[in-house]
Amino acid sequence: MSVDSATVRRIARLARIAITDEEAARLETELSGILDWVAQLDELDTSAVEAMTRVEAMTMKKRKDEVTDGFCADDILKNAPKADDHYFVVPKIVE
Amino acid sequence: MTDLTDLTIAEARDGLRGKSFTARELTQAHVDAIEAANAALNAYVLPTPERALEMAAASDARLGKGEGGSLEGIPLGIKDLFCTKGVRTTACSHILDGFTPTYESTVTTNLWAEGAVMLGKLNNDEFAMGSPNETSHYGPVINPWRGPAPTRSSCPAGRPAARRRPVAARLCMGATATDTGGSIRQPAAFTGTVGIKPTYGRCSRWGIVAFASSLDQAGPIARTVRDAAILLKAMASHDPKDTTSVDAVVPDFEAAVGKGVKGLTIGIPKEYRMPGMAPEIEALWQQGIAWLRDAGAEIKEVSLPHTKYALPSYYIVAPAEASSNLARYDGVRYGLREPGADVLSMYENTREAGFGAEVKRRILIGTYVLSAGYYDAYYLKAQKVRTLIKRDFDQASEGVDAILTPTTPGPAFALGEKSGDPVEMYLNDIFTVTVNMAGLPGISVPAGLSSEGTPLGLQLIGRAFDEETLFRTAQVIEDATGPRPSPADWWSKSA
Repeated sequence: MSVDSATVRRIARLARIAITDEEAARLETELSGILDWVAQLDELDTSAVEAMTRVEAMTMKKRKDEVTDGFCADDILKNAPKADDHYFVVPKIVE
Repeated sequence: MTDLTDLTIAEARDGLRGKSFTARELTQAHVDAIEAANAALNAYVLPTPERALEMAAASDARLGKGEGGSLEGIPLGIKDLFCTKGVRTTACSHILDGFTPTYESTVTTNLWAEGAVMLGKLNNDEFAMGSPNETSHYGPVINPWRGPAPTRSSCPAGRPAARRRPVAARLCMGATATDTGGSIRQPAAFTGTVGIKPTYGRCSRWGIVAFASSLDQAGPIARTVRDAAILLKAMASHDPKDTTSVDAVVPDFEAAVGKGVKGLTIGIPKEYRMPGMAPEIEALWQQGIAWLRDAGAEIKEVSLPHTKYALPSYYIVAPAEASSNLARYDGVRYGLREPGADVLSMYENTREAGFGAEVKRRILIGTYVLSAGYYDAYYLKAQKVRTLIKRDFDQASEGVDAILTPTTPGPAFALGEKSGDPVEMYLNDIFTVTVNMAGLPGISVPAGLSSEGTPLGLQLIGRAFDEETLFRTAQVIEDATGPRPSPADWWSKSA
């Protein structure tokens, strides 16, 4: 199986990455190459196999549902490209 | 440069305790070495000499009072994937330009608590994606090990093939690293150093820039097996902040070093003898088998029938998880922002400008295999194949204490030699990714030199949470290999 340029553009859009026509053409070849190569997994019948979720059997850890962190808005905003009064600033979303 | 940079961690620890030299002298020697070499090797993206000397002074104060941790005064390099409070951390990606964490990763917190000294942040492939360390935003690292003259002329930049070159080049006594598909073990093999990826869950992933969460694991790179054991003991811990970190006692790994292999059974997987493997790698493997047999181990052939499916399933799982993890880089909360007409084009422009080609390629593959209608066919399928790979190891390890393989199918490759074809570049990971897919521990130990004079490594794969057997066995290989060779210093400004 192979991806076409429309598919490359669609997944680039889903991944929120702007791509040029030149990049789209190159990615079409590269992604098809990789997907053709991973298609060898179809040789395996996995209909009776469970998906792996962890290395060793272990019960998911739980803790009390209580606040253990927070009250550090300055820290959270410290690396923001644009911030104002404890808010992240983005281009206008709602008209 | 002084001889202090040639010491192992174990030797330096004794020297500091015995007051043969101070932590400041030890750190200064490394700071000077970095100053002389970094322009040529590009090993550090951010040296932190002032902080290092301050930490060393504090170590001297503690040592003076007869106090101090297991790594007191030992200068280390920290991969730029570990968040360090107040010190720029970028994962060597343009998209994290200027990111300065307000918190410290659990692994580095553990190291500082044991008295270690930070020399700076080490270069790595962008988000740790790549085999030959060519994708860093800060330019490639150069391997201190160079090929012979004929190769060098065709490859003037040396033979970069790995990330943890600073350990080999004496620019730190050891380094923290992370391993998603082999990024501890391969660089260790190519630079003649020891690197261990512990069992998944042994080290906390908290505060490490995520690549593929079900595969990522932190571990050390060091010059000897003993040093790797000392470092891993300090790095590992149970951490409530990482639900996948395991609540298990961390053994004294160093105590396992030197116990020998008498009575152990070492498995040799027949499927790893694959077409296209360099003859010198096959010879190295046979040599390793002979060394372990001579040291009293029993050798047994084992079968890992799903080996050939590890790499293609890895290249579904890793990009899928990466595409999800890297969704956070959107120009809103940290790092780079490129303007756009609206918020969507701001995201798209930021990610277009901020990610390099290999990272984009993996995000797009990951997005594709997770997109509507494809999830079952790719990601779920790959996770099922993982169960089969893990089952292979479970069955093979009945009656076997560890498995011996080459670390890589060939010697280090030259800059640009492999990046033309992604699939061909990925094949270099063939012996290491299986271990990540199964979540098991794996160690690479130097075992000789290639015909070109560059280092080669052997890998030992262990049972889950049995790193001790790996340290025991690796020490036997280290002893049999003989004195540690080191690269000739061609990089220092003063040399």
